[in-house]
Amino acid sequence: MAASRTASRITQALIVAIVVGLLALLVTTTAGHLQQRGIRSGFDFLLEPAGFTLGESLLPVEASDSTLRAFAAGLLNTLRVALPGAFLATLIGVLAGFGRLTENPLIRGLASAYVNAFRNIPLLLQLLAWYFLLTDLLPATDAALRLAPGIFLSKSGLALPWWVDGALEIPEPGGFGIDGGARLTPEYLAMLLGLSLYSAAYIAETLRGAVEALPPGQRLSALALGMTPRQAFVLVLLPQAWRAALPPVTSQLLNLFKNASLAVAIGYPDLVSVAGTSLNQTGRAIECLTIVIAVYLLLSLLAAALSHRLEQRALRGQTA
Amino acid sequence: MPRIKAALAALAFISTPALAGKTLDAIKAKGQIACGVSTGVIGFSAADSQGQWKGLDVDVCKALAAAVLGDANKVRWVPLSSQQRFTALQSGEVDILSRNTTWSLTRDAALGLHFTAVTYYDGQGFMVAKKSKVTSAKQLKNAEICVQSGTTTEKNLSDYFRAQGIKVKPVVFDKFEASIKAFFSGRCQAYTTDASALAFIRSKEAPTPDDYVVLPEIISKEPLGPAVRRGDDEWFAIVKWTINALIEAEELGITQAKVDGLKASPDPAIQRFLGVGEDLGKSLGLNREWAARAVKAVGNYGEIFNRNVGADSPLKLPRGLNAQWNHGGILYAPPLR
Repeated sequence: MAASRTASRITQALIVAIVVGLLALLVTTTAGHLQQRGIRSGFDFLLEPAGFTLGESLLPVEASDSTLRAFAAGLLNTLRVALPGAFLATLIGVLAGFGRLTENPLIRGLASAYVNAFRNIPLLLQLLAWYFLLTDLLPATDAALRLAPGIFLSKSGLALPWWVDGALEIPEPGGFGIDGGARLTPEYLAMLLGLSLYSAAYIAETLRGAVEALPPGQRLSALALGMTPRQAFVLVLLPQAWRAALPPVTSQLLNLFKNASLAVAIGYPDLVSVAGTSLNQTGRAIECLTIVIAVYLLLSLLAAALSHRLEQRALRGQTA
Repeated sequence: MPRIKAALAALAFISTPALAGKTLDAIKAKGQIACGVSTGVIGFSAADSQGQWKGLDVDVCKALAAAVLGDANKVRWVPLSSQQRFTALQSGEVDILSRNTTWSLTRDAALGLHFTAVTYYDGQGFMVAKKSKVTSAKQLKNAEICVQSGTTTEKNLSDYFRAQGIKVKPVVFDKFEASIKAFFSGRCQAYTTDASALAFIRSKEAPTPDDYVVLPEIISKEPLGPAVRRGDDEWFAIVKWTINALIEAEELGITQAKVDGLKASPDPAIQRFLGVGEDLGKSLGLNREWAARAVKAVGNYGEIFNRNVGADSPLKLPRGLNAQWNHGGILYAPPLR
């Protein structure tokens, strides 16, 4: 027994050594070849001026700011669409999931049509469709639609009053369309709509599956105890289904975050878009891609750890 | 388990492929040139409805194949996105990158490649809707400008408006189609790219070309030309001199139709060019008729220009800077002697 444990430890150590060795070989040969071919490499370009600006960003980026700052602004833009997107996806997903479980045939039919349509069309096509729908249908920038005082809708997006330098700034028609306030651009709105509706369709299916997988006895017993169907659903079925659905739902939300990398197709300046632009300015292909991979991996691992804790808590609730 | 370990150990000892010896030897052994082109820029490199690659950048590779291998069709076309292009050349996936790429210091010095010669002098410009009444790029304050990513375009845009003290908002797309669709739907007040492409976009992609105008400002120098990998001076010289030969052919009046008949010409420059007297090909490691073959395959520079982007093409671009030095342009091939 002890001998076999030692053997297994040695095997494990060997495997780790081989993996580390292979990685080291990969890094050193890559670096060696880059040098041999006269290609400058390294991450020093991050501190040099970016040389380009972002059309929209929470963190203002000037061309003289560092490339690092441009990457940070790109990441913030990714989060700016992914976080509200995750919230909306969960909300719509829960509503549509319940819609598919109701007795009402109209609601059930609508919910099932929605889920099937959105799940079965590639996300990239949906994003392009939303984007061109928005840019084609919205009124021209110089003929913006005034929804309410200080709120304008046009091809430049939705202009809203916003605090700028401590004072509320009200958008008003200016040189090219609407100036001032905050702006939700058509690129942002199309990303938000596309991402949340796509992920919500999967979440709805997950929830429906989780409820339908419960033993039928659960519902029948609840009804036998005198609960109304609604009480049985909310008090008995839902709490159990939620626990089963939690891991797949969080993995859907993670997917949403990763799918946000399609943003560059419709002109939204996310992390991947910034990395692409700076790759072209500097030619540091390996470095730029490494940054994108590392950021996505890190954030995905963080999110996975968070969801794991949520699951643990849910499981504890079950045994208690 | 032991088998897996053995496999892993074997993997660790496989060395990465050594740099191919001389590019020319490799090309002769393969019997074809791997030419990196764009995924579709009309006039420069684009596949037509029959899948045939056409364009100015394409003809450079065909001329090379004719000069080196004696057959203009011995080219393997590798369509590359702007993000892929340098890596493809660096890693040896293509022998030459002939893909409307701007020659700049950083690219020449830090990317492990050499630009060979300029095949098209371009510059970045703007297009706006006529009804916007904008007549100069300086009026574009706070405008949203649609751009396709992946060229020097974004940097020029920000440099130019920084110098003017004006702020604009770039809307950056990775695909050409999406960027022009967004512009023509009215999403942006201006569109920016190289002037050669603007002419094409206005005439071929605009719903009604007359509703759009190209602004007079040219905000950058964009000398486009093919690049090769560093470390092979012989191949570098072959590409450089094949392009020079195409330009020289126009100056000498050697055309695709006349190239065979001119072999009897008493002009020593033409004789040298056609390999009748001296053998210039030998010093490049090529057949003595290399230059004649190139011109016979695709014509001289003027013919290539007219067919792909000039008067005989849908683009109808004027020669402008791309005329010969003795015709008001800046094309000047060093002498073939």
